Amino acid sequence: MNTIEREVDVLVIGGGTAGPMAAVKAKQANPALKVLLLEKAHVKRSGAISMGMDGLNNAVVPGFATPEQYVREITAANDGIVNQKTILAYAQNSYAMIEELDRWGVKFEKDETGDYAMRKVHHMGTYVLPMPEGHDIKKVLYRQLKKNRVEITNRLVATRLIVGEDGRIAGTFAFDCRTGDFHVVRAKSVVLACGAAGRLGLPASGYLFGTYENPTNAGDGYSMAYHAGAELSGIECFQINPLIKDYNGPACAYVTGPFGGYTTNSRGERFIECDYWSGQMMLEFQRELEGGNGPVFLKLDHLAEETISTIETILHTNERPSRGRFHAGRGTDYRERMVEMHISEIGLCSGHSASGVWVDENAATTVPGLFSAGDMACVPHNYMLGAFVYGHFAGVSAARHAQEHPHANVSSAQVDAERQRVWAPLLRESGLPPNQVEYKLRRMVNDYLQPPKVTRKMEIGLERFEAIRGDLDRLHARNPHELMRAMEVHAIRDCAEMAARASLYRTESRWGLYHARVDYPERNDAEWKVHVQLHKNAAGEMACFKRALEPYVIAMDQQEQAAYQKLRISTEAVPA
Amino acid sequence: MSFPTFSIAEQRSSVPVRIDEELCIADKGCTVCVDVCPLDVLAIDLSKGKAFMAFDECWYCMPCEKDCPTGAVHVDIPYLLR
Repeated sequence: MNTIEREVDVLVIGGGTAGPMAAVKAKQANPALKVLLLEKAHVKRSGAISMGMDGLNNAVVPGFATPEQYVREITAANDGIVNQKTILAYAQNSYAMIEELDRWGVKFEKDETGDYAMRKVHHMGTYVLPMPEGHDIKKVLYRQLKKNRVEITNRLVATRLIVGEDGRIAGTFAFDCRTGDFHVVRAKSVVLACGAAGRLGLPASGYLFGTYENPTNAGDGYSMAYHAGAELSGIECFQINPLIKDYNGPACAYVTGPFGGYTTNSRGERFIECDYWSGQMMLEFQRELEGGNGPVFLKLDHLAEETISTIETILHTNERPSRGRFHAGRGTDYRERMVEMHISEIGLCSGHSASGVWVDENAATTVPGLFSAGDMACVPHNYMLGAFVYGHFAGVSAARHAQEHPHANVSSAQVDAERQRVWAPLLRESGLPPNQVEYKLRRMVNDYLQPPKVTRKMEIGLERFEAIRGDLDRLHARNPHELMRAMEVHAIRDCAEMAARASLYRTESRWGLYHARVDYPERNDAEWKVHVQLHKNAAGEMACFKRALEPYVIAMDQQEQAAYQKLRISTEAVPA
Repeated sequence: MSFPTFSIAEQRSSVPVRIDEELCIADKGCTVCVDVCPLDVLAIDLSKGKAFMAFDECWYCMPCEKDCPTGAVHVDIPYLLR
């Protein structure tokens, strides 16, 4: 096994959604820069949208919504804990990004006059734009990478960021998951776009790779940002999704809602007013599931045949094409049976909820030269279009930083220490198999962190995660592929500890099920209308602290603030 | 007599990705399914010149099946979820 060193100007880690956009935009900002896109899998089919996407969840399209309305909607949906400037920056650039993707060849649904065919799913505004032919979005991105001459390396697993002697970012360490070669990539600026921490909780099936998120997104980015000294935010605001029972795809009220499908209890009755995924929606879902009216179902059996075939075409060819196969195996036909639903394992993902690396409206983290975008960067409810918009910001910012700064100096001790840590599982003669350590770790995450959250359980969880830290030094890999799994266990363990510590720190309940604390059942705005930040402190320990909210740039009235707290359908009699 | 610290027992697993070896053209140099897998679980058996599932870590996302030029790959839902 060799050590391979190389030097670039801008390094983008993660070739899924935000990463390719960042790389293209950095190169367009300054074609003279050496821009490298480093990918753990293969850029052609990597990340959350490997098989495409069936719609935009947060399109701010003139005539349907304004950026100000969108900021109000997301401020309410995330219970007030947002840096509005970051949401506004997204919203103001959302439409320009849709138009650019359209020019690049991404197909959005349009009406007979050529306007975007917007649909309403959110509680207040209209933001959903279907992409029934969105299956080739990765191909479109790949063409842009080639056209703009971005350099690509596949199958390199980034393990830790390199931090220069002056505290600036200096590149990354990585290894090749096929050869085991150790790579030192020096860069003047780095964009982290490694996706969600999707392998945190264990799916109820016990199948390690049956996760909602692409399991390649194991939380590597969260762990790398943490060890580089970056602030993370909202980690306690977990991602929990309403999915098809035993299948890792959403039942998909976003797609089916505009066609007349909806979420029901076992009696076929609606119980939530709005199917947009929020913590409060998930809490009502969980109450129905556990409260005697469950299971919860997606109801489509009342729809006309042509409507159902359209839904099938969209849902079985985009994003999760194995879905039709799953239904066939269970004998579920949308025409005859409602689709049984369940709640997912927990994860960290700002694309859906709010946990991620703290970034400003230029995608800058708190570490000089380090930028972040996509599911792992804290811009709440940012979804795919937010990944593209912040990928754009990150690319431009990283290009500017690389122009203005030289490479930072790096100590050789740092290189030696990381190479030793990464190669250790391969060099051990025997030890613990990574899949067993991962299984136990993620089962403990379920046992101790799955909401509703209980203080004593989370404290025990922390003890268990500490014990598993000891097991990391006994991991054994028989080949470079197993080494990838072994190093992922390191990242998953870091994320588990972050999830427990941030959850213990916020002594109130907020975001419905995402942070429902049994010992602190009430929301407490007086003390907790703040961000909870997590970082590695001067002593090298994981620590949390409060960061005050920036003053809102868009004023909220009380009715809007409370909109997402009233999602359960009232069962009281309404006078005729 | 002393026991080794770490004994390993192999566990059997029915794998979700099946390759039709009649159709697979890995022996002609094709590696499409191996290239596109996000989890890197497929490999080429060099003795046979055919693709196979080397690691039971499938997300059943299906690029291997969709991108295969000869239709040799079939992805089942993993048995535990079926």
